Amino acid sequence: MIENIPLPSTDDPIDAPYWDAARRGELVVQACGACGKRRFPPRPMCPACQSFEHTWERVSGQGRVWSFAFPHPPLIPAFQQIAPYNVIIVELAEDPALRIVGNLVASADAPINGVDPATIKIGMPVRVVFHRMTEDVTLARWVAA
Amino acid sequence: MLKDATAIVGIGETVFAKNLEPSELELACQAVKAALDDAGIQPSEVDALSSYTMEETLEFEVARNLGMGDLTFFSQVGYGGGAGCATIGHLAMAVATGVANVAVAWRSRKRSDPRKRVWAQVSPRVTDHWKYSRPWGLIRPVDEVAMFWRRYMHEYGATRDHLANVALACRRHANRNPRAFMHRRPLTRDEYMRARWICEPLCLFDNCLESDGALAVVIVRAERAKDCRQPPAYIHAWSQGLTRQHQNMTNYHSDNPLQGAAWAAARNLWRQADLRPGDVKVAQLYDAFTPLIPFCLEAYGFCGPGEGAAFTEGGALELGGRLPINTAGGSLSEAYIHGMNLITEGVRQIRGTSTAQVPNADVCLVTSAYVVPTSAVLLRKG
Repeated sequence: MIENIPLPSTDDPIDAPYWDAARRGELVVQACGACGKRRFPPRPMCPACQSFEHTWERVSGQGRVWSFAFPHPPLIPAFQQIAPYNVIIVELAEDPALRIVGNLVASADAPINGVDPATIKIGMPVRVVFHRMTEDVTLARWVAA
Repeated sequence: MLKDATAIVGIGETVFAKNLEPSELELACQAVKAALDDAGIQPSEVDALSSYTMEETLEFEVARNLGMGDLTFFSQVGYGGGAGCATIGHLAMAVATGVANVAVAWRSRKRSDPRKRVWAQVSPRVTDHWKYSRPWGLIRPVDEVAMFWRRYMHEYGATRDHLANVALACRRHANRNPRAFMHRRPLTRDEYMRARWICEPLCLFDNCLESDGALAVVIVRAERAKDCRQPPAYIHAWSQGLTRQHQNMTNYHSDNPLQGAAWAAARNLWRQADLRPGDVKVAQLYDAFTPLIPFCLEAYGFCGPGEGAAFTEGGALELGGRLPINTAGGSLSEAYIHGMNLITEGVRQIRGTSTAQVPNADVCLVTSAYVVPTSAVLLRKG
């Protein structure tokens, strides 16, 4: 089943540190090395000052649900089997303009179809947890906070 | 410089169906020949072509099959369904400037086979921006759009009834169009409400069809357009659009994700035009998914932000309503050929030959896909 899930590449120099941090159980975002502006998803250049310098800032892992949806079939095989499940978008506490796609789960390794859909609300507070998929891929997920 | 300088003078279409036997190339040839016949122009006169980057039939294949001569302009426009109106715009510029003289835009697609679903082609590792959404199960365009609609419902109090208004309008128009997939299939609000989810909050009828077919249009300068067989549909203004910090499809990271790339196209379209939204009598709005209609109504200035859902009430989008849309049935109920059939229907409205003809339809807006870098064109009667 793992081989059907579209896994991210984790060795691209521009975002490898994001995936490294996830393996350590940390949520990080890029911050411009010149002007400090945070950005997500990772990319080479700062849109505010065009600097290529950046650092990786660990964030608290706190956020709120910005939106959510429940995919139903037809889907690719790995997801077809567990549908319907939830997908959420979380806005980070540090900066609500930073939004991250994830899943709401009961705990880090629980299934993504395990939370009662009726309990998912826009604005609900969540915090990040991490789930190991493969040796190099650990995905950030979210639990109700 | 460009305003009303060119016109669409020919349209051609194949049948729209599932599992058509001819290849996409053959369907393209059928559509291009039909469009040229409609215009009364010989293939040997064509010197400009444009299509979508997702088109699998290349320019040289179309050209050598149709027996065209030298081509001096050819473009392909990116971003899937965002491209349609831009193919018209690119050709209008080529022809207006004199870089070329007789232009054809086409789209040919066999998408009805489930094996052709673009989202189902899974590659080993995701290396582009989709690596930040697909691993979590946000797989298909419908899933990506559902996220916007859920947020929109939260911010503005929109409901399923608003989406049903869109689905029912397109279906009713298709019921008048013998060429539409859904010609003989009426849809009730009750059936809409009982339909299965595809990605909650979007159900089966919030999704466009999966179709095979091809279409083409012919564009010439205004001076020649007057002599062609059909009343010309003048290209009054057009634009492409890609907003600040836009991310293709999963546009969740810009300042206002609910104001997508169409806002850039719209601002530039109206900046160039002598016309205003209030002048538009009929619109062909890209409808891969029903939420795109309220989003388009707002982006193109028919109502304010957050008012798009309410705009759909009271039959506003149906023939006889405030702003009839997708009068051949659209992607939702006629056929889904990446919005090319919205362009041809726009031309029919200007000509007065639609199966759901709006009286005095002298101005028609056509838009390409919302949620991707996109385009739009304003057609007018001469």
